[in-house]
Amino acid sequence: MSTPSAMTPAVEVTHLRKVYGSGHTEVVAIGDATLSIARGEIVAMLGPSGSGKSTILTAMALINPPTTGQIAIGGKPVLDGPRALVDLRAFRRQHLGFVFQKANLIPFLTALENVQIALEVNDTAPRKARQRAMELLDYLGVGARAHALPVALSGGEQQRVAVARALANDPGLILADEPTAALDSHRGRQVMELFAKVAHERNAGVLVVTHDHRTLDVFDRILDVEDGMIHTRQPNAQASDTRVGLPRH
Amino acid sequence: MNLAVRDIRHNAGRFVLTTVGIGLLLMIVMGMGGIYRGLIFEATLLVDRAGADLWIVQGSTRGPFAEVSRLPANLEDRVRAVPGVARARRFVSHTIQREHLGKPMRMVVQGLSWPDDRGGWIPLVAGRELRQAHYEMIANVSLGLRLGEKFTLGKDAYEVVGHTRGMVGSSGDGLAFFTVSDALDIQFDVPGEAVRLERAARRARVENVEIGRLQPLLLERAAGQASGIPALAMPQVSAVLVTLQPGADEAAVRATLGTWPDITVYSTPEQKNLLLTGMVDKARRQLGLFRNLLLIISTIIIALIVYTLTLDKIRDIALLKLIGARNRVIGGLILQQSLFMGAFGYALAWWIGQFAFPRFPRLVVIEPADLVSLGFIVLVISTLASLLGIWKALRVEPNTVLSA
Repeated sequence: MSTPSAMTPAVEVTHLRKVYGSGHTEVVAIGDATLSIARGEIVAMLGPSGSGKSTILTAMALINPPTTGQIAIGGKPVLDGPRALVDLRAFRRQHLGFVFQKANLIPFLTALENVQIALEVNDTAPRKARQRAMELLDYLGVGARAHALPVALSGGEQQRVAVARALANDPGLILADEPTAALDSHRGRQVMELFAKVAHERNAGVLVVTHDHRTLDVFDRILDVEDGMIHTRQPNAQASDTRVGLPRH
Repeated sequence: MNLAVRDIRHNAGRFVLTTVGIGLLLMIVMGMGGIYRGLIFEATLLVDRAGADLWIVQGSTRGPFAEVSRLPANLEDRVRAVPGVARARRFVSHTIQREHLGKPMRMVVQGLSWPDDRGGWIPLVAGRELRQAHYEMIANVSLGLRLGEKFTLGKDAYEVVGHTRGMVGSSGDGLAFFTVSDALDIQFDVPGEAVRLERAARRARVENVEIGRLQPLLLERAAGQASGIPALAMPQVSAVLVTLQPGADEAAVRATLGTWPDITVYSTPEQKNLLLTGMVDKARRQLGLFRNLLLIISTIIIALIVYTLTLDKIRDIALLKLIGARNRVIGGLILQQSLFMGAFGYALAWWIGQFAFPRFPRLVVIEPADLVSLGFIVLVISTLASLLGIWKALRVEPNTVLSA
């Protein structure tokens, strides 16, 4: 659980560059990206397929290290290029939460256990973990389904359980990769509003990669990723070029 | 939270089927060990129960269990005269095959040194010991002969007067106890025609020499009964069993007997050792090899199943890594599943064995020490079997969740 000061960004990415392959097969996925998300802020990242959104997200998730650039989470430098400055796995379990397009719940665990496991891997005692997991499910409105296996849950319920799991260790940064893609518009909006609620009430930075333009009004800020450029805009404004992105090389 | 148990519960059908398969394999492994123990028990049963201190066998041979051993029956009387000897008995043992109720029956014919030995040392489950010098027998129940039944062997019929249980020879055939003279009659029984031919041959041989033509009495003897020519038909026994007097010096008795060039003397442990190293050793090696092969097969099966279960969970494992689960959590999940499989298989093997082993044609002896050692082996093979799955799991990248 992180307790940085209110002014500390949830995440700060500086001059991020990611290159796949080498020589003739070299592909520059991210040219030079710099961005910051404050705690309590919910940010959307839009862009066509192959624009580099997922590369930025996975780099911030500490599972796809950049070629160059720095990433600091909660004010703590964690990556300097591909070099890890901390134990990444331990850092992920303590400071990051993840939600995906599919809920990715473990099929042999109940909804409650899917949340509980995230707490137990972070050394929370089983009894306390169970209590906290139940509180989170109640908070997200799926407490009544706590003992159901994922297969018995609807898509919306599964995604709520996934959000509960992401919140389990009270992370400073939540990363979501197209979390509403598998949901209808009504349920998709519910999930996005849930993220906004989490960001504002729990003071977490939330970055959501999405294609769903109908829910952009719930975000504090929108990042457009296109042709290696990151543009930032307010939810009700048109896209405009900013200094946070640079063209691909 | 125990992930292994929850995953097993989720895939209960596959786990149960696999465990049953492993259990049956382990039951055979357990049975192999039990058959080996039973083989030793059966092979040494007679030597143990006979209660002799020394075994006297034909000179330069290894005794009746290893090869043919022929001794004159009157050796018994010579041995009795040795200081320190309390008792000497003739020992006759040979296996025959006859038909009983239309089925083949193999029987170990065992001679009791009547009248000293009437079978009082044989554990009877029904009937009595021998009361007369001829035509009575004590049979092991596995032979299928009823108490009171008269069974013809050679030219005579023998009445079953006693039943014993678990008394079998080294090949697992049931023992039948007769007096030594009856046992010899059964062993050397020849058809009438063969007797007539032999007498004719003898007569012809005697007629061919001058003394035969000059001595009609000699010709008459040669053409008569074999028992009438003691020098040619001396009764033979397989061994003479010696019981020492209380406090007698075994080494001294052996030293005395050792000066007789026509015999060889073994102590009971030596005789047992000869039996085991000779007859049982190959069977032991065969069973051991088969047992090891089955253990290797079990290991491979567990490894493949655990690996398949791991592949099925690859996304879940990637997710666990993404949310920061330590390697020991992931490795523990796979190791525990493998151990559960081995442990349940082992328990199942033991349980099924309780019903199956008594129905095996050969005696199966399961000793606690063997159960413990097999349990340890199952622990080791289950651990080894999990390594492939653990190796695969530890290689999974957490971003597999995102790319899938």
